[in-house]
Amino acid sequence: MAKRNFQIYRGTKESGELAYYETDVSEGMVVLDVIHKIQAEQANDLALRWNCKAGKCGSCSVEINGKPKLSCMTRMNEYADDETITVTPMKTFPLIRDLVTDVSWNYEQNKKIKPVKLAKESKTAKGYVMYQKDVDRVQEFRKCIECYLCQNVCHVLRDHGQEENFVGPRFMIRVASLEMHPLDVEDRLPELKNEFGSGMCNITRCCTDVCPEHINITDNGIIPMKERVVDRFYDPVTIIGRKIFGPKKKKLPPIDLD
Amino acid sequence: MPTDIATPIHTKGFAKTLRKDKWWLYPGTVVFGLSCFLIYGLWSAWQADYYWFSAGQDGFGGYLAPFYSPLIFIKEGVAGAAPMEHSFFGPWPEWWPKWIPPSPSLLILAIPGVFRFTCYYYRKAYYRAFTGTPPACAVGALPRKGKTGYKGETGLMRVQNIHRITMYFALFYIVVFFYDAYLSFFRAGELGVGIGSLLILGNPIMLAAYTFGCHSIRHLVSGRRDCYSCGMGGEISHQNGKVATWLNQRHERFAWISMIWIVVADLYIRLVSMGYIVDLNTWGL
Repeated sequence: MAKRNFQIYRGTKESGELAYYETDVSEGMVVLDVIHKIQAEQANDLALRWNCKAGKCGSCSVEINGKPKLSCMTRMNEYADDETITVTPMKTFPLIRDLVTDVSWNYEQNKKIKPVKLAKESKTAKGYVMYQKDVDRVQEFRKCIECYLCQNVCHVLRDHGQEENFVGPRFMIRVASLEMHPLDVEDRLPELKNEFGSGMCNITRCCTDVCPEHINITDNGIIPMKERVVDRFYDPVTIIGRKIFGPKKKKLPPIDLD
Repeated sequence: MPTDIATPIHTKGFAKTLRKDKWWLYPGTVVFGLSCFLIYGLWSAWQADYYWFSAGQDGFGGYLAPFYSPLIFIKEGVAGAAPMEHSFFGPWPEWWPKWIPPSPSLLILAIPGVFRFTCYYYRKAYYRAFTGTPPACAVGALPRKGKTGYKGETGLMRVQNIHRITMYFALFYIVVFFYDAYLSFFRAGELGVGIGSLLILGNPIMLAAYTFGCHSIRHLVSGRRDCYSCGMGGEISHQNGKVATWLNQRHERFAWISMIWIVVADLYIRLVSMGYIVDLNTWGL
């Protein structure tokens, strides 16, 4: 057991301060364990959101020493013994109390996205047919646990308050997962460019840096979507190609049930 | 119980943060590295001389500094200038303004310059380092004023979308640089090798590793498809995508290596051409 110093935000969005706590920390503890210990021993009314304690539910997102992280996946031995650890709520979302923020804005963004529209031609008596190599890319995005750390760190939302003009990285990869789906025949590129604000992202990659699931949000999700927007609206070669040969019909995986 | 009450959270403003690590190291390194590259590149292009070395030998072969390749026009009578047969369109044009040096480099730098400027990696680097949007993750971004505030790449910076177009031209430069490398292994028609040859050969190799990892190329060869199980085209696209992705994952690394390499190669040939360095080679010249 060793004494460690913590600063934890206490208060609401109207008023609040960083409160100091000193507590004993034993080997193997994560930051969430220590917050629970402080809650049990020193601050029974401390509010925090958590659930699985295994990095899979995405509930315990906070900022630890200024960095957006899951508190259940942040080990205490990442920090020096004499370092005071500061835990604050996510900056981008409205604060409810202490470490709990209101992330409901994100669910509203999700509703804007057209759902999957599967090609009827791919339906067979045994269901829809697709192949692993067609869904590898999409499966990376399906790892998302909706912790919203990427939304929190994105400076377009965090510093510039562009919630009206940009859906944020989490929903850029949600669009990517649908657009890259081998059986999906819906077209979301006009909304992606205009309503969802693909151009608002300036590729500074902070969303990728903070993702606890290590999803390569920028290189595999956002930039490929920006490139599809370039295909449709900016590249003269592809624009002239479509004028001459017509819009490209989506190719569907072969149906071979043997 | 809490033992004390301290500062409020989330102070707003440029570079404000609760981070305690050395977040300024990356933008600081980028400012230094890109500034050095820009200063050297513009200085070298403005010189208009000492960009060719063949030890005074005529015939096929010689070193051409990469910042001056391809040679669109050549000004005769300039120290360290390439022979006229290397010019695409002959002698230097009469209409060229007197106050601008007759430098072949000034004619060709724009395309690779814009290609790098609009590259998705460099965008991250200079948006963080030079425009502070943001300087680092969870560090206060430079506030944007005006009617609409921050516009990202939807306003004037929509111009970034020409990256695709400059990429088409950048591919041509790789071919030219490989030809220059081939040329550098000859001196007066005799096959050989020198330090300069190796530097000139390394340049297109590093440049190709950078360019073929470009997000636009990755998209065109693979990313634009949704079905990789659709026939031969799908399979080829899938395999191409693996190569492009491997390079793409190392895009930042190759961006820096290729940038430093071209500066070293250019400077080396300039110094050899000026006589400050003796090139070690098999020709003994």
